[in-house]
Amino acid sequence: MHPAAWWVWAAGVVALAGRTTSPAVLGLLVAATLVLAGLGRRPGAPPFSGYLVLGLGIVVVRVVFYVLVGLKVPDGQVLVDLPSWQPPWAPGVELLGPVTAAGLARAALGGLALAVMVLAVGAAATASSPSRLLRSVPPALHHLATAAAIAVAVAPSLVRATGAARRARRLRGLPDRGPRALAETALPVLADALDRAVDLAASMDVRGYARRSGRADPRALPALVAALLASAVGLYGLLTGDPAYAVPALAAAVGLGTAGGLLAARGARRTRYRPDPWRGREWLAAGAGAIGLVGAVAGGPPVVLAAVVLAGLGALVPAPLPAEVSA
Amino acid sequence: MIRLDHVTVTYSGATSPALRDVDVSVAEGELCLVVGPTGAGKSTLLRAVSGLVPHFSGGTLAGRVLVDGRDTREHRPRDLADLVGVVLQDPARGFVTETVEDELAYAMEQLGLPPAAMRVRMEEVLDLLGLAGLRDASLRDLSGGEQQRAAIGAVLTAHPRVLVLDEPTSALDPPAADDVLAALTRLVHDHGMTVLLAEHRLERVVQYADRVLAVAPDGTVREGRAADLLEPGASAPPLVELAQVAGWRPVPLSVRDARRRVTALRGRLAALPPTVTDAPPAGGAPALTARGMHVRYRRAHAVRGVDLDLDAGTVTALMGRNGAGKSSLLWALAGAGPRSAGSVAVRREGRDGGDPAALVPARARELVALVPQDPMDLVYLSSVADECAAGDRQAGAPPGTCAALLARLAGPVPDDAHPRDLSEGQRLALVLAVQLAARPSVLLLDEPTRGLDYAAKRALAAILAGHAAGGGAVLLSSHDVEFVAQCAERVVVLADGEVVTDGSARDVLVASPTFAPQVAKVMHPLPLLTVDEVRAALAVAG
Repeated sequence: MHPAAWWVWAAGVVALAGRTTSPAVLGLLVAATLVLAGLGRRPGAPPFSGYLVLGLGIVVVRVVFYVLVGLKVPDGQVLVDLPSWQPPWAPGVELLGPVTAAGLARAALGGLALAVMVLAVGAAATASSPSRLLRSVPPALHHLATAAAIAVAVAPSLVRATGAARRARRLRGLPDRGPRALAETALPVLADALDRAVDLAASMDVRGYARRSGRADPRALPALVAALLASAVGLYGLLTGDPAYAVPALAAAVGLGTAGGLLAARGARRTRYRPDPWRGREWLAAGAGAIGLVGAVAGGPPVVLAAVVLAGLGALVPAPLPAEVSA
Repeated sequence: MIRLDHVTVTYSGATSPALRDVDVSVAEGELCLVVGPTGAGKSTLLRAVSGLVPHFSGGTLAGRVLVDGRDTREHRPRDLADLVGVVLQDPARGFVTETVEDELAYAMEQLGLPPAAMRVRMEEVLDLLGLAGLRDASLRDLSGGEQQRAAIGAVLTAHPRVLVLDEPTSALDPPAADDVLAALTRLVHDHGMTVLLAEHRLERVVQYADRVLAVAPDGTVREGRAADLLEPGASAPPLVELAQVAGWRPVPLSVRDARRRVTALRGRLAALPPTVTDAPPAGGAPALTARGMHVRYRRAHAVRGVDLDLDAGTVTALMGRNGAGKSSLLWALAGAGPRSAGSVAVRREGRDGGDPAALVPARARELVALVPQDPMDLVYLSSVADECAAGDRQAGAPPGTCAALLARLAGPVPDDAHPRDLSEGQRLALVLAVQLAARPSVLLLDEPTRGLDYAAKRALAAILAGHAAGGGAVLLSSHDVEFVAQCAERVVVLADGEVVTDGSARDVLVASPTFAPQVAKVMHPLPLLTVDEVRAALAVAG
């Protein structure tokens, strides 16, 4: 599968979960992510259980917060009538108070919607690797993708270096905890990280990174800067709720950015080894996700959209082998 | 193929050049070995060929470097990527991607090769280096030898005509090092590749070299055949020293050549009663007693039930493949790493000191001191003098102890130097000085010989013997069989976390096909391990 397909699908699930509080729809979406994580698991993926625990934790935290500080609207049956208390140092906040069934359900469903978003991202990461996704970005974004890929790879080694420096402090008879220890390990760890970065840069350089066959196009940089400015203006317009200039500015940003990227990419000759194909199954998964995304933003019926997203899981069905030629 | 035309390299801020008026050339299809003491400028020479010096490192380069007619003045390293393949010292640091196949594809993608050609080259290189079974493996999960082969493959896919490697076998166990060298010789012999290789551990590689470039500490370079250039001393493998003792001319470079000459020498020595007797085991109480040691990580069971006694006054070597559990065992013994089960008891100055894991770090290091694989992890200040002063304070030793130890171990080291600017040997000496200042009973060292030349190894062996003679015990893990033969009385071999052999160095090393040092292979069946032992035996024979 092309790595982007399941990420588009996951975007649909996230958008849908954000628009609904219906237990049936949320349940369907949870089931869909579980199916993807179970059947679509790629070899070497991190365990999905981490996302499950995180999702469950979100639901529990939402419920606990409701009981502790939630707004206790008198609606329906009271389950437990806890004594309420208004701390004098925080006017307007009511701790505890009567817990109603409807309030509990609202809190749990709100938490579930967030949990579905976490599960959707987790399922997509389980089915297709984020680093492969970075590999298949268009050539214009090659440098950005390289930076992101290196950041993804460097983070674990930084964690390892920190651990090594802390263990080494113990060998010297120094305490390995506390602010002083942190300050004193930070220096060698950062020095090591810099050394690593230099080694990596040397390795990329000798392997032809940023090699050019022709000269860079002089129009690329101004176009990219203009695109950045236009997108800033457009975002400001969106946030202040003034679509009159937000929409054209954003459109200009997209156009300028694409043009600048294409111009920048023209000088570099680069090819991709075994690009992932985009075929029927990718269309199915990504199409279902896109319909879910657009439908949710446009306010479509959640149950129908959830069914569409579920149908996208059809991409998991193994492709039939070419029919045997009968003798 | 490679032409250095009166090249002088001076780094910015340096008072003397790293390379001085180097005028050498390497012909196509040669395997050329770069030798020299630590810090002499071997890496600078390699980096000048790939264009990293001066484009990447800064500094000034006078003269000209031509690779297949391309001048590095006009060609940056990236413009030479299709001509010169470079494998850096620690391959894991140069990996850009996550899996073997992606890493091998990286250089081809940067060169913009058509997809069909990439597929063909990928399969060729995977087969050439025996990586086909690992194509989807994560680079991080590979063993040291596999990582090294993956790093070589990652540059081979660009079809370079020159391959430049900086110490490709120094971190590998003997079988993995043989794998890498076999792959390199195949490239030279079958594919006409020109290989430029820097190495400290010459004993394995020198027999394959067509030519040697010897870099002197002052930056001058001499060029010649291995048999003529290698002189006993700082940078010669044991066979060269043996040849000097035995008076062989020309010097044999492989065990095979030496075996053909050795008959007369062996006959003289065999007629004698055995002259070399191992000292009887020290009768003193064991300095360290470990029982039932287990180390479990989330996914691996690294150490499985190891019992170990280290007698005071002995040096013991811990050997075994990469990943056999040597480091885990050392860290667990020091009480600083995880230990799932088992007990450790250490005696210090005749009294029972207890279990280092149960003590506060400051007390634990008086019982057991560990020098980790990367000694720089222990160093956190910005000058040698500060580091020594802090070492004295932390160890509760009188001021100057650490600096005196350092001077004894490494000779004069400038006080204001930054620890990261020291040579490998000086760094190790600094950390050893810091650790020895606390006068520990047991000294543990994890792979101490990485990047050390023969002179530095001899100095290290003397230090370890001195610690043992003072009533301490030493346990070191190492892949370097020649060093182990030189310094250890006892060898413990680990495999999959269990002790498979434990005996005197002579019994273990002579019998093993992988761990036997060169002298033992040549003198077989006489149980002689080092050139010094042969010399002593000859002195008796007269």
